[in-house]
Amino acid sequence: MFQIKPERDQLVVTKLSDNFNGSIDLHEIMGDMLCITINKEVIQQVMLYLRDEKELQYNFLTTLCGMHYPEKELLGVVYHLHSFVNNHRIRIKTTTAISDPRIPTITTIWPSANWQERETYDFFGILFEGHPNLKRILNVDEMTDFPLRKEFPLEDQTREDKDNSMFGR
Amino acid sequence: MAKGVNTDYWDKDIVKTEEPKEYNTLNVGPTHPATHGVFQNVMLMDGEFIVSTEQTIGYIHRAFEKIAERRPFYQVTPLTDRLNYCSSPLNNMGWHMTVEKLLGIETPKRVDYLRIVIMELARIADHIICNSVIGVDSGALTGFTYIFQDREFIYEIYEEICGSRLTTNMGRIGGFERNFSAKAWEKIRYFLKTFPAKLKEFETLLARNRIFMDRTVNVGPFPLDRALAYGFTGPNLRACGLDYDVRVMNPYCSYEEFDFIVPVGQSGDTYDRFMVRQEEMKQSMSIIQQALDKLDIMEDKETYYASDPRFVLPPKEKVYNNMEALIWHFKIVMGETDIPVGEVYHAIEAANGELGYYLVSDGGRTASRLHFRRPCFIYYQAYPEMVQGNMLSDAILTMSSMNVIAGELDA
Repeated sequence: MFQIKPERDQLVVTKLSDNFNGSIDLHEIMGDMLCITINKEVIQQVMLYLRDEKELQYNFLTTLCGMHYPEKELLGVVYHLHSFVNNHRIRIKTTTAISDPRIPTITTIWPSANWQERETYDFFGILFEGHPNLKRILNVDEMTDFPLRKEFPLEDQTREDKDNSMFGR
Repeated sequence: MAKGVNTDYWDKDIVKTEEPKEYNTLNVGPTHPATHGVFQNVMLMDGEFIVSTEQTIGYIHRAFEKIAERRPFYQVTPLTDRLNYCSSPLNNMGWHMTVEKLLGIETPKRVDYLRIVIMELARIADHIICNSVIGVDSGALTGFTYIFQDREFIYEIYEEICGSRLTTNMGRIGGFERNFSAKAWEKIRYFLKTFPAKLKEFETLLARNRIFMDRTVNVGPFPLDRALAYGFTGPNLRACGLDYDVRVMNPYCSYEEFDFIVPVGQSGDTYDRFMVRQEEMKQSMSIIQQALDKLDIMEDKETYYASDPRFVLPPKEKVYNNMEALIWHFKIVMGETDIPVGEVYHAIEAANGELGYYLVSDGGRTASRLHFRRPCFIYYQAYPEMVQGNMLSDAILTMSSMNVIAGELDA
C-alpha cells in the first residue's frame, strides 16, 4: 500500500478547486490514491499547475494510459502523477466522447508522454491535439482498428478460414 | 543542415566547410547483434557521428493488455513473465502484489521474506546480464563468460523453487505454490557464499580498466532534469544522481524492515550506470542475507501462502484430500468468487525501473483494464537525445547500458 496522506489529498483538491473552479467533475479516494476527474479542456493548465505549484510539485509523470467506457460511449485517459518532494501519488482522469476523441497533449509538459500518447492513440484512437508525431507505435501503420476498445474481439469466434482441427480445437 | 543538430564536435577535430554536408542513413536493427533485442534505429549519419535517430518499435508486440482482459487474474502471471524476461520473478511478484492489493489479501511475513529473497536474486540476474553486456559491447568478452555462470546458478535456484528457468510463472496470488525445498535453500546459501568473490573478480576486470573507462566515462551522459522529464526510473535515474527507489519511497513486501543503501551516480553516463548496477548487486546480496537471518529466527517454517481461501489456490495435496480445499479450488478456477470493484496502481522496483500495474476491476472475473507501466518503454524515448552528436560505437554502448529489453518495450 502506498502511504495515505489525507492532508495532502485535501490540499490538492482545495488548490485545484480554487484555481480551476468548475473544471473538476469529481474527486474521490480509491484505495490508497486520490483520484480526480477533470474536464479535458483544462488538462494542460491543470498539469502545468500541478507540476509547478510550490506546495504540490507533482514533477513526475509515472504513467499515462487510455480507457474505454462502452456503456457511456466515452474514451478516457488516466494519468498517474508522483511528487518526489512530498512522496505523494495522485491519479488524474479525463474523458471525451467517442464521436469526438480529442484531448490536448501533455508532451509539452513531460516529454515522456510522447510515446505513451502515441500508444494510447494506437490502441484507443484518442487524438492528442498538439502532439508532435501522432502515429501508431506498436501496431502496423496499415491497421485501421483501435484494438483495446471493447468492441474489438480478441479473436473472431465466427472465423471460417481457419481449420480448427489444426489448432487443437 | 538538419534543425537542432549538435555541432559542438565539429570544432574539435573536423575542419569546418561551407559546402553542404552529405548524410548517410544507417539501419541499426531490427535484428542486429548490438541492439540485444528486436528494435530498429534509423540513424542519420555524418561520417561516424550521429545527426539524428528515429526509433521503430513494436516488432514483438503481443497485445498482453488485451489478452489480460480475457483471462482470470491467476492466468495473467505467465504474461508478465514475458515483459522483462531477464528478471521474470520480479514481474510475477509485482503482479501478485497488485492483485492482493485489489482483493485486500494480507500476506504473512514469511511469504514477504521469501519473495524478497527471490526478487533480489532476480535483480542480480538482470544486472549481471546488463553489466556483462556493457563489457561485451566495449570489447571485453571475458567478464561476460565468467559471470554468466552465476546467472546460470540463479536460474538453477528458480528451477528448484518453481520448476522453470527463464519464464518462471513463479508463485501464486497470496504466496507460493510450494515451500522452498531443502535443495533450494542449500543453493541460495551456496550462492550467497560464493558470489561476492566472483562479483569482485568481475569488477576488477572492468571497473578500473583503462580501456573500459575510456569507452564509458562521459559516454551518453544525461542531465537529471531531462531524465526526470523523460520518466527515467531505476538504475538509469539513480546514475543521474537522484536516489529514487520504490523500495524506499513506497515500501512494499516488508522492504521497510531492511537496511540497504541506494547507490547514486553523478553525471548519468554509461560508467555511472554500470557502477550503480554493480553496487546494487552488492546491496541485493545484503538484503538476501538479512531476509535469510529473519527467516532463520522465525519459528514458523511451513507457511508459504496467505490464508484467504477465497482467492488463494490451495495446494494440490489438499485439493485431492480435503473437501473444502476442493470446493475453493473449483470456485477459484471457475470464477465463482466475488472480485471487488475498484482500481489500484501498484509499483515495484524492477531491475530497470519502476514497474507499475494499473488494474481496473468491474467486479467481473477478469480485469476490465490492465495497464503495465513498462519502465524501458518510457525511458527509451530519450535515446535519440542521448546519442545525438555522439559516435556510433558510443551509441551502441549507451543503448546496452540503458538495459532496454525488447519484451518489455513492446508488451
